[in-house]
Amino acid sequence: MAPFDPVSAAIGGALVGLAATLLMLLTGRIAGVAGILGDLLGSAERAWRLAFVLGLIAAPLALTIFGLALRAPPMPALAVVAVAGLLVGFGTRLGNGCTSGHGICGIARLSPRSIAATLTFMLVAMLVVALTRHL
Amino acid sequence: MPALVAFLCGFVFGAGLVISGMTDTAKVLGFLDVLAIPQGSWDPTLAIVMAAALAVSLPGFWLVRRRERPVLATVAAWPDKTAIDRPLLGGAALFGAGWGLVGLCPGPAIANLATLSPAVLLFVAAMLAGMATHDAWRRRRAAPPAGAALAADG
Repeated sequence: MAPFDPVSAAIGGALVGLAATLLMLLTGRIAGVAGILGDLLGSAERAWRLAFVLGLIAAPLALTIFGLALRAPPMPALAVVAVAGLLVGFGTRLGNGCTSGHGICGIARLSPRSIAATLTFMLVAMLVVALTRHL
Repeated sequence: MPALVAFLCGFVFGAGLVISGMTDTAKVLGFLDVLAIPQGSWDPTLAIVMAAALAVSLPGFWLVRRRERPVLATVAAWPDKTAIDRPLLGGAALFGAGWGLVGLCPGPAIANLATLSPAVLLFVAAMLAGMATHDAWRRRRAAPPAGAALAADG
């Protein structure tokens, strides 16, 4: 794990907030990655959603030019990965959003619904980590 | 034009995730591991990323809200749901469980596709399958009885 770097964290976070604000200002869309992915599977208006997803994938590749290494993240056993992926997919669809849709955009709108969702997924994730790491 | 803007926004979003360290599952799990606080090994990165993102998006959305319409579209798709109901909280809880198991939420999972890590590919495939499963389940629950559906077809 890379050492704690508050300056990079703040710069990166500000860029995330800027991207969400610009997407709303220019196209009137919420930068919620789970919603964008889910609607990419189903609904019309696929072009901008696909473009957003491609931008997300292109960024880490482009940043290698500036010396930011492209490193595969540490992952648990594949069975755990598969179960977790299913939970994240089903859960974000049922709950209408993820860390970006509820956490960044929803809280920025001061939506009580998004604040409740964010508190819920944060607390459950903390509980799961407490159980898997400390039990 | 909206697609180009969406690509650039996705790009800036992804760059922010990489620069902040949020594509690293170890840093995300290091934040979620609150029992590490008394041990002094807790990683506060995610809290700083959230705070910095909101420091921009809170005033940003407030300003955007005052506009009548988006720059490049006729209507803004502001979410209109307000109820704090069981699907919201149940869905958030399921999502949180999956997030806590691996340390990946949808944005960083997609950005990590660039690494071509087989485990990340599996995670994204399972996530899309989970989304499709939910949508199919919701359609079945919303669908009228079989006879009525047949009559409405064609």
